[in-house]
Amino acid sequence: MTTTPKIVMQGVTKSFGDKQVLRGIDLEVAPEESLAIIGTSGCGKSVTLKCLLGLLRADGGSILVDGVEMIDANRHQMEAMRQRFGMTFQFGALFDSLPIWENVTFRLRQRQTLSRTEARHIAAETITQLGLASHVIDQFPAELSGGMQKRVALARAIADKPEILLFDEPTSGLDPITGGVIDSLILDSVRRLGATALTISHDMASVRRIADKVAMVHKGVIIWCGSASEMDNTGIAEVDQFVHGLADGPLTLAAQAEARGE
Amino acid sequence: MIGFLQNIGRTSLAFLAAIGRLVLFTSSAIRWTFFPPYYLRQLGRQVIDIGYYSLPVVGLTTLFSGMVLALQSYTGFARFSAEDTVATVVVLSVTRELGPVLAGLMVAGRIGASMAAEIGTMRVTDQIDALDTLSTRPMQYLVAPRILAGTICLPFLVLVGDLIGVFGGYLVGVYRLGFNPSIYLARTMEFLEISDVTLGLIKAAVFGFLIALMGCYHGYHSGRGAEGVGRATTNAVVSSSILILISNYLVTALFFG
Ligand SMILES: Nc1ncnc2c1ncn2[C@@H]1O[C@H](COP(=O)(O)OP(=O)(O)OP(=O)(O)O)[C@@H](O)[C@H]1O
Ligand SMILES: [Mg+2]
Repeated sequence: MTTTPKIVMQGVTKSFGDKQVLRGIDLEVAPEESLAIIGTSGCGKSVTLKCLLGLLRADGGSILVDGVEMIDANRHQMEAMRQRFGMTFQFGALFDSLPIWENVTFRLRQRQTLSRTEARHIAAETITQLGLASHVIDQFPAELSGGMQKRVALARAIADKPEILLFDEPTSGLDPITGGVIDSLILDSVRRLGATALTISHDMASVRRIADKVAMVHKGVIIWCGSASEMDNTGIAEVDQFVHGLADGPLTLAAQAEARGE
Repeated sequence: MIGFLQNIGRTSLAFLAAIGRLVLFTSSAIRWTFFPPYYLRQLGRQVIDIGYYSLPVVGLTTLFSGMVLALQSYTGFARFSAEDTVATVVVLSVTRELGPVLAGLMVAGRIGASMAAEIGTMRVTDQIDALDTLSTRPMQYLVAPRILAGTICLPFLVLVGDLIGVFGGYLVGVYRLGFNPSIYLARTMEFLEISDVTLGLIKAAVFGFLIALMGCYHGYHSGRGAEGVGRATTNAVVSSSILILISNYLVTALFFG
């Protein structure tokens, strides 16, 4: 039996001015699968996720969510589709003007009327799961450290248990212990709640822990995609170099800059 | 020569594209003002910020303008023995022209800049994208309340500014130029018509709309990084100030006669 993939991206392209960032991304994620996206800095990983959610309009290609084409979706369809996603952004993107509990329960409170007490309770529960003290809910984002902001952003993305989770570098800038907690939280969402996850990460140890499947982006295309266990011997020089963090190889800093069009 | 023509062509295309983007932005902002959900807390915050916290700036500006106007018109009118008209000149200039324009320009500096900076920062830190992912339309949550608040608060500010400006003229007229207080007041009311005040308030509403629109528009389309936000802020203040001066003429001409 074949199930419809949760997400299919085919030949997705995106340029900013003269600079072509995505040159045809092909990606397929099955339901309840955890995919890690890796690649050098500036290769277009964040742009890929933003195109998937329609936050950036892709120039061409096809994006299917549960088999439904989203690339030419109207606003209404787009909004309905986004409700099923939870996303964290690379730099947190918490709302500066709202306290943590309002940040965490933002979407819940858009959808249903929650009393202040209920909302605060949910917020406290969600952030304690991520190792933050419950009194943090009354603070503002600017009062938290970078790592704490990151965890609040994660709490905001998972607070209403969406089906599909997009994480843009959820563990970068965190100490290894917190990073481990977040990895297990991602795994838990996928395994226990049946979510589908796409995680951008530079941390190969974390990729090994959370990913069923790994995709590497290079020069605007996916140069390799396979199961996490095959990652160590792909026979592709770029992937080997990246996975093992070697200084020698095709991915010199100069080549990366050139790939970014600088 | 070709390069020159290309340059002109490119600039005009970019200009037309910007106009198109602005028109779309404006119509979408206005449309979303009328559809639920209504973010009343956002609206309240903006009303307080624009209507209440701008009072000192507007008050000081109109107070001193009213005062200086009394002195200057006295100097001028004394030359053909028409000193009595000072009170009338002050009240008409303040309500029809100086109140709205000065309040508009001051608020453009204060509110236009802060809106552009706040929304621009939200743009460059992905907070606007985050709103989109959290089932909230940025146009409705951020832009519509600001534009509505700007449009309703400016007339109120201008009304207060008018009173303070006329009071400034009264202070100078009575304590410096030696007018009899009750005669000065009588002269102030004598030739003032309701339409003078309403013209000023209509102008104020237009200015308030333009200030908030420019603040939101430039913030929303802010370039990347701190530099982009800085540029958005400058553009918001400059463009709203210019639009205030242009629309001031247009509204006056429309109601002229
Ligand atoms: N809004 C934008 N306007 C113009 N260029 C952009 C924009 N967003 C991204 N880019 C460019 O697209 C390229 C890819 O950016 P992206 O943020 O996707 O990189 P990334 O793979 O996420 O890198 P990192 O690992 O450092 O986060 C970069 O060269 C960047 O300069
Ligand atoms: Mg990125």
